[in-house]
Amino acid sequence: MEILGLLGSGFLVAFEPLNLGLIILGVTVGLFIGAMPGLGSVNGVAILLPMTFLVPPASAMIFLAAIYYGAMYGGAISSIMLGIPGASTAVATTFDGRPLAMKGKADTALVVAASASFIGGTISILLFTGFAPALAHIALDFGDAEIFALMLLAFATFVGLSGDDIPKTIFSICIGLVFSSVGLDIMSGEPRLVFLDITGFMHGINFLVLAIGVYGIGEMLWTIEVTRGDTQMTKAVISFKGVIGNIGHMGRIWKSWTIGSFLGFFVGILPAAGATPGSLMAYGVAKMTASNPQDFGKGEPAGVSAPESANNAASTGSMLPMLTLGIPGSPTTAILLGGMVIWGLVPGPRLFIDETVFVWSLIASLYAANLFAFIINVAFVPLFLWMLKMPFTILAPTIFVLSLIGGYAPTEDMHDVWLMLIFGIGAYLLRKLDYPLAPAVLAIVLGPIAEPKLRQALLISGGDFSVFVTRPIAGPITIIAIILILLPVFQLIYRKMKGKKQAV
Amino acid sequence: MRRAELVTALIMAAFSVYLMVKSADLPIGWVPDEGPGGGAFPFWLSAGMLISCLWIMFNWYRRTTPPSQSDEPFMDSYALRSFALAGGGVTAMIALVHVVGIYGSVPLFLIYYIRFLGRHSWATALSIAVISTVVAFFFFDVALRIVLPKGYLEPLFIPLYSIFL
Repeated sequence: MEILGLLGSGFLVAFEPLNLGLIILGVTVGLFIGAMPGLGSVNGVAILLPMTFLVPPASAMIFLAAIYYGAMYGGAISSIMLGIPGASTAVATTFDGRPLAMKGKADTALVVAASASFIGGTISILLFTGFAPALAHIALDFGDAEIFALMLLAFATFVGLSGDDIPKTIFSICIGLVFSSVGLDIMSGEPRLVFLDITGFMHGINFLVLAIGVYGIGEMLWTIEVTRGDTQMTKAVISFKGVIGNIGHMGRIWKSWTIGSFLGFFVGILPAAGATPGSLMAYGVAKMTASNPQDFGKGEPAGVSAPESANNAASTGSMLPMLTLGIPGSPTTAILLGGMVIWGLVPGPRLFIDETVFVWSLIASLYAANLFAFIINVAFVPLFLWMLKMPFTILAPTIFVLSLIGGYAPTEDMHDVWLMLIFGIGAYLLRKLDYPLAPAVLAIVLGPIAEPKLRQALLISGGDFSVFVTRPIAGPITIIAIILILLPVFQLIYRKMKGKKQAV
Repeated sequence: MRRAELVTALIMAAFSVYLMVKSADLPIGWVPDEGPGGGAFPFWLSAGMLISCLWIMFNWYRRTTPPSQSDEPFMDSYALRSFALAGGGVTAMIALVHVVGIYGSVPLFLIYYIRFLGRHSWATALSIAVISTVVAFFFFDVALRIVLPKGYLEPLFIPLYSIFL
């Protein structure tokens, strides 16, 4: 009960006029930055960090955390409206968000995304409040083999369920993983796969270059061919009643956001993993446990609420190792950590004891940021829908321009823009032949996490692969992953056997 | 479509072999005291890619996948035309960035697309082109400090830099 008292005093600090103002400003800025393809919470937090020296440290952290949250909400907007994932955390949202928008139900997608984000944030903040120190211990038990097993599971939830052309899916995953290894090898420091010795490849292939190429340029080229000059894109209806009605969807799809929130929070706690694998896994698991898995990918609201609740839950979760262990879980939390150090706050178990005011006002402000982000997001839904009504011949060049700038912004190197164009044209051509590209995007995101863990795990075990199945936590996860990966093969054999029986 | 499927599979198989060779620049086996070599991960994955391509070619032979069964052309004349116009436009826009920078090539591309491909009025095209460029400048260069390339138009921006940055 002492916790409630501390939380209460935290709320008093969070609702001071300065802090409240910073929360609202931060959430709005984060929303717009997250909605732009090519920009993510990292950009907002990094650039606005110096401005926070004007205010006391607790207020500064609250402001940055609000931006972080707002960006999580904002990423869904670009995924749904443009079909381009605003950040790696929003990739899974495109799978059902974009089809919903194409069907004229963009308002459903946007409101479900906002509501799911709110619920995910709330549940995760509650878990954080209650269990922060205890969970830090569990996170420490996750070593390299465990995290690699988790990454394998993330892939498996994808492969086992895609049902698409299997060799093309495998091809897609493998090429994504190969592209993720371009650049400097982390373990040996040597350059790898620097194609044609072009120096631009030394900094690797940024996930955004592939994602914006595939989902921005590739998608537009595809739509241009498929719509054959029909200029009317989506017939979205804007009404206040519609917005409220859409919130009602959430009751029916409770399983998806429950899974998303808990899974997302748990994955977020782990130092290497964060909102991205969390949202992808939440999508896969929600699809697996749903009563209508065949609807996923075609515009099922549960397919939006699962990843969105997961990525918000994970962003709260990733603050946990940052505060309790001093280990940042993602680039954004690394910057937050840097800020804390500059202000003289030492992260670690002592933080909860030495700086109670700071910690609890931060936690309380997360609740407030979550609430305001939800309200502001829903309030802006009519604006976003109005933007969707643009004729396609204006929308398409806008997306091309956004892709150009979004492709340039992360690394400020024109080499990446050309690479993005090549990926876009390649994606368009491959898509015509039924090659799925989402697995490649997934692979390039998870590759940089999975590969170092694999190599470290093997290094520690001395080359022994059995470590992935014999360790108590890694074992079950690996086995489940392998079963899921082999699922299509079993289904194929089962169908063939049934066919033979009927023929006889 | 059938021919395109085979050709693509062959090209991808060749690419896989190239990747395998390129990965082998770094050790692909076990390096004592260091774990798997740097080339191991991409090498075995490209081998996986090669096997997938062979599988795709096998499926092509057996005609089990929709693209391998269809006799439609890979790209009909409408598709080719729209690909050339849109894709060519984007390529030209990116190429022009090297010459006149983003703030030169983006308005040109927008005018090209909205006026000539979209057949909207000059008023629409010009207003969108100008407004987008101005908004982009204030959002990226000034607010976010992500300085976008200017090419030969750089001198025109120097007075703007001294005012805003």
